Amino acid sequence: MKAHASETGTARMPSAERIARHVRLLWKFKALYVMLIPGMIYYLIYKYVPMYGVIIAFKDFDMLEGILRSDWADPWFKHFQRFFDSPYALELIRNTILISLYKLVFGTAPPIMLALVLNECRVRWYKSLVQTLSYMPHFLSWIIIYGIAIILLSQDSGIINRWIVEAGGKPIAFLTSTDWFRSVLVGTEVWQNLGWGAIIYLAAIAGIDPTLYEAARVDGASRMRMIWHITLPGIRHVIILLLILRLGHILDAGFEQIYIFYNIHVYPVADILDTWVFRTGLEQLNFSLASAVGLFKSAIGLLLVLGSNALAKRWGQNIW
Amino acid sequence: MVRGWQDRLFNTGIYAIMAVVGLAAVVPMLYVAAVSVTPYAQVLKNGGYVLFPSEWTLAAYRKIFGTANLLQSFKVTLFITTVGTAINLLLTALTAYPLSRKALPHRNVFLFLVVFTMLFGGGLIPTYLVVKATGLLNTIWALIVPTAISSFNVLILKSFFEQLPEELFESARMDGASEALLLFRIVVPLSMPAFVTVGLFYGVGHWNQFFAAIMYLTDRSLLPLQVVVRDLLMQTIEQAENPENMVPTVTMQMAAVMVASLPVIIVYPFLQKHFTKGMLLGSIKG
Repeated sequence: MKAHASETGTARMPSAERIARHVRLLWKFKALYVMLIPGMIYYLIYKYVPMYGVIIAFKDFDMLEGILRSDWADPWFKHFQRFFDSPYALELIRNTILISLYKLVFGTAPPIMLALVLNECRVRWYKSLVQTLSYMPHFLSWIIIYGIAIILLSQDSGIINRWIVEAGGKPIAFLTSTDWFRSVLVGTEVWQNLGWGAIIYLAAIAGIDPTLYEAARVDGASRMRMIWHITLPGIRHVIILLLILRLGHILDAGFEQIYIFYNIHVYPVADILDTWVFRTGLEQLNFSLASAVGLFKSAIGLLLVLGSNALAKRWGQNIW
Repeated sequence: MVRGWQDRLFNTGIYAIMAVVGLAAVVPMLYVAAVSVTPYAQVLKNGGYVLFPSEWTLAAYRKIFGTANLLQSFKVTLFITTVGTAINLLLTALTAYPLSRKALPHRNVFLFLVVFTMLFGGGLIPTYLVVKATGLLNTIWALIVPTAISSFNVLILKSFFEQLPEELFESARMDGASEALLLFRIVVPLSMPAFVTVGLFYGVGHWNQFFAAIMYLTDRSLLPLQVVVRDLLMQTIEQAENPENMVPTVTMQMAAVMVASLPVIIVYPFLQKHFTKGMLLGSIKG
């Protein structure tokens, strides 16, 4: 604070003196700047150089020539055009948004309901036991969850299919049929995120004014009515805020999960922008085309995130 | 007295829902565990129902550790989880501490550099080219260096540091303590809950590492656990392609799944108290 005061006081001084004072001010903080050096080098090399590297989306990238010496694409939007003229562009965008929306629609309510239920539980050890158990799936990798999916859902060895067969039905190819694959994606995601997602709602519930419940109890309201008229309205702003923020990430449909779960049979319903970029770039080594699509996705994604953040701010600023 | 009856019904409903949620979270994992220790012949005979195996064996575990490169990959994962997390924590603290000091001139510029990477990135291919250009391809450091700092975790530590009382710094500085001393002797010990949270996030990330490995590594001896487990899981699907391959049985696959998940499952409950708070701190910036 003091530093800032003396800085504004220097406004009328000759510029050389001002620079000297500013340098002295910076020098005072030299230890902190030195601490920042390793981190900033990391950000520069592994975050900002790749941002500069997106120019290969506008070049005909040649591995031997490198980024700088590769020729510019002609016309500059060549790779973008190639993508949008292709039959899969629409399919990829549709799959990305659909899978995201399904996850949003089916994934929003369960954590809220779990938070409501946990909040009503009066037996402390039981509450914390269930809570701890419900976090577990969050820490499992998608590989592990895929392993679980195999043993539960696979067509020949999955236990659910054995039950279906025993009950006289036909086995269902959950993991390899286009009819079921998206449901598997949504189901496993909801399972993984149920307990973890409830944390934030529980915190919001804890922030509700307890005198509201007192008053309702005096009026003879049932616990169901209190949930409906006090708890839910009390966390409404958090629910809407999180929904808005999730909408900003609508193009992130879950790259890791889909890449690990999908197979060639389900590409028509499962292939998203991210998985396509991965295959086109790193498996077929078509770097420029993959970068163009990646850049398209990041650019739209940036706009969506900025838009949703602005919306969220207007809606209810800092709620914690 | 109608109230008491209604209340009991309500409670029963609540407890039942909670039981379903708790069981749904763990039963799949318990089933995996049960299959992994049941003799394979019995799994086939019982048609898959082996939640409570009558006889059990560790044969599948012995086999996967003996034949696959599971042991080697376990070492790789152990290395990246310990060394990687240590590097993560050091660099994240060194970045977050100056950013938590409001008096630092041009603080906002650095803060912007950190936060902007959460909004926009160069993407897969340009990042791959940078990793290649910095000579990390096919080294174990490709699993550590490109993800050395997560902006999300920087923000968690920063907001925790900002809540430490200002007088602490004043008096320490009065005594002539340097910034480095301040950070490592005062700030770090007082911020243990935040470090546990962030350390858990980084550690789980390394333990579950998969993508960096399939992107940057071709040398089989460098592959981490998750990649090897995935190969074991995929082999049944494409088993016909190469009859030379040892075809892993379902019991072996589930044993591999257990090996790759058990350490995390054992550790996280002990850190729960801390990470729920850390998760809230982080989601403010979401």
